[in-house]
Amino acid sequence: MVRMPDGALELVIEGRLASVTLTPVWRDVFDALARAPVPRVVVQAGKLTHCDGAGIYFFMELRRRQQAQGRAVDIRDFPPDFQHLLDLAEQVDSERSAEAPSSSGFLEETGCAAVRTVEDVWTQIAFVGELVVALVQAVRHPRHTRWRDAWLIVEKAGVNALPIVVMIGGLMGLILAFQSAIPLRRFGADIFVANLVSLSLLRELGPLMTAIILAGRSGAAFAAEIGTMKVDEELNALTTMGLDPVRFLVVTRVMAAILVMPLLTLFADLFGLIGAAIVTCSLGYPLITFKNQVLASVHAGDLLSGLLKSMVFGLLIGSVGCLRGLQTRSGASAVGDAATRAVVSGIILIVIADGLFAVMFYFIRL
Amino acid sequence: MDTDVIIRVEHMTAAYEDVVLLDDISFEVQRGEIFVILGGSGCGKSTLMKHMIGLYQPAAGSVWIHGRDITTAEGSERQKILSGLGVMYQGGALFGSFTLLENVRLPLEEFTELPRDALDGIAAMKLKLVGLGAALHQVPAEISGGMQKRAAIARAMALDPPVLFLDEPSAGLDPITSAELDRLILRLARYLGITFVIVSHELSSIDAIADRVIMLDPRVKGIVATGKPAALRASSENPWVRQFFNRQPPPDVV
Ligand SMILES: Nc1ncnc2c1ncn2[C@@H]1O[C@H](COP(=O)(O)OP(=O)(O)OP(=O)(O)O)[C@@H](O)[C@H]1O
Ligand SMILES: [Mg+2]
Repeated sequence: MVRMPDGALELVIEGRLASVTLTPVWRDVFDALARAPVPRVVVQAGKLTHCDGAGIYFFMELRRRQQAQGRAVDIRDFPPDFQHLLDLAEQVDSERSAEAPSSSGFLEETGCAAVRTVEDVWTQIAFVGELVVALVQAVRHPRHTRWRDAWLIVEKAGVNALPIVVMIGGLMGLILAFQSAIPLRRFGADIFVANLVSLSLLRELGPLMTAIILAGRSGAAFAAEIGTMKVDEELNALTTMGLDPVRFLVVTRVMAAILVMPLLTLFADLFGLIGAAIVTCSLGYPLITFKNQVLASVHAGDLLSGLLKSMVFGLLIGSVGCLRGLQTRSGASAVGDAATRAVVSGIILIVIADGLFAVMFYFIRL
Repeated sequence: MDTDVIIRVEHMTAAYEDVVLLDDISFEVQRGEIFVILGGSGCGKSTLMKHMIGLYQPAAGSVWIHGRDITTAEGSERQKILSGLGVMYQGGALFGSFTLLENVRLPLEEFTELPRDALDGIAAMKLKLVGLGAALHQVPAEISGGMQKRAAIARAMALDPPVLFLDEPSAGLDPITSAELDRLILRLARYLGITFVIVSHELSSIDAIADRVIMLDPRVKGIVATGKPAALRASSENPWVRQFFNRQPPPDVV
C-alpha cells in the first residue's frame, strides 16, 4: 500500500486495522521510512472500516516518529469514530509514564548477593533463638499450644511418610549389604556384612536418609503452606488478631518434626536391618547368626546417638522450612521459591549438623 | 438466524455438583450493547459469566457465541471462539510474576507478530487508558487492589476483542476513577462496536452505561427482570427489584 509520487509518501489504508492484521502494515511502513526518510507522509484513511487500539497506536507512533525528525504526517478522511479514540489515546499518552527500571552491574550484584547471604545466616540464627523461646513457652504453658494442629501435622509428616521411609530404608540395607558382601567374601569375612550394615545404618544412614526424605516432603510442604498463607495475607490477619504466627504455625510444625523424626528413623533402621538380613540369609547364613552378629557389634549408644541426631535434624528441617515460608515474598512463583529454598537449606543444615555430631561423638567417645 | 445476536444462552442450568444455582435460563446479548448482569452477592453472577465463556460446562442447555455452541466446541474451533473474547475475572487474575506491562503484552505477543517496540507501545497505551501509566513496571503485588482491577481490565482489552466480559470492574474504585472507566467503556462500545457483558453492583454506573440489564434472584434460581435500568426502577412489578434499584432494605419485621 505504499506509493510515492513527489517527495511525499502516500499510504492508502483500507479495511480492518486490528492487532492481528497490523503486522505487515507496521513492517512495510516503518521499514520504508527507515530506509528512505520522507518529509511528509500522507495517509488516505477514508476506507478504514475498523481500527482497534493497536491500529490507533500505529497512527500515534507514525506521527511521533515523523515529528521527532521534524517531519509531517497528514491523515486524511480519518473516520470520526476512530479520530475520537486517537484523541483519547494521545491525551492519555501525554501523561507521565514510568521509566523501565535499570538493571545493576555485575559488581553490584555480587556485593548485594554477599550481603544477602550474611544477612540470611543472621536471620536463621535469630529465628532459631526466637523459636527456642517459643518452644520453651509451649512446653511450660501446654494449654496455649495447638496440639490438635500439631497432631494433624504429625500424621501428615509422619504416618504418611512411613511407606517411603520403609521402602528407602529396606532397599538401602539390601543394597549396602549386597555391595559390601562381594569384596568381604574374598577375605572369607562376609558375615561381617552384619556389623558393617548395622553400625552404619544406626549411626549414620538411617537418620541421614530419613532427614533428607523429611526435608523433601515436609520441609517443602511447611514452606509452601506458610508461604501461601503469607501471599494471601493470612499471616497479616493472624498478626492483627494479636496471634503470633510463630506460636500459631511454626511451633506446631517444628514440634511435629522433632517428634516424627526419631520414629521414622527407627523404622528406617529396622527395615534396613531386614534388608541386610535377607542378603545374609541368601549368602547361606542362618538368621540367628545374623542376629547375634548384629547384637555383638552395636550398642544401645549407637542407636540412641542416631535417634538424638534425628531429633536435631527434625528441629532444623522444621524451623528452616517455616522460616522460608515466613520469608516468602509476594506472587505465585514466590511460593515455589520458598519451597525450593526450604529443601536446599534443610539439606545443607542437615549435612553441617551431621559433621558437627561426628566430631562431637568422637571426642566424647560415644 | 438473527446476526445481531452475539451471545445466546438457551435453557441453561448452572450447578455446582448437586446444588443448582440457575435453573433453565435463557437470554440474548445483542451486538454492540452494554449488557449488565445484576443480582445480590452470591447469587451466581460470576458463575453465569464463567458458563458464558465456556469455562464451566452447563448441567443442561447451551451457550451460543457468534452462532457456535461453545458447550460442544472442541480444539481449534473452541480456541477460535475464545480468542474473540476478553475476560476480566472478579479477582483480577493477573500473573503475579510479570509486571503490568508484561501482563498486558502477553496476549499481544502470543497472537500477533508485531515487533517488540510496537508490543510495548500498545501495551503501555492500554495501561495509560486505565490510568496506570505510572505503574507500568510494577508487579501486581506492589500495587493497590483498585489498580490491579484496572490492570486486569487493560489486559482483557489487550487485543480489542469484539466481546468483553468484565466481572465487577468498578468494585473497589473511587467514584472518579469509576466514572472514567465508565466513559472508557462507553467510548469503546460506541466507536469500536465492542459488546460488553458486565457484572456490576454500582447502581450509578449501571444507570450511566447499561443498555440492558438482567437481574438474577436466587429464590427463583433465574432471571426476575430484564430491561432498561430506568424502566425497572420505575415500574417493575417485582418489589424486590424495585428495592434493589432504590437501595431500600427489606421491610423491618418488628
Ligand atoms: N467452585 C465452587 N464450588 C461450589 N460452589 C461454588 C463455587 N463457586 C461458587 N460457588 C457458590 O455459588 C454461589 C454463587 O457464586 P458466584 O461466585 O457466582 O456469586 P456472585 O453472584 O458472583 O457473587 P458476588 O457478587 O459476591 O461476586 C455461591 O453461593 C457460592 O457459594
Ligand atoms: Mg462474583
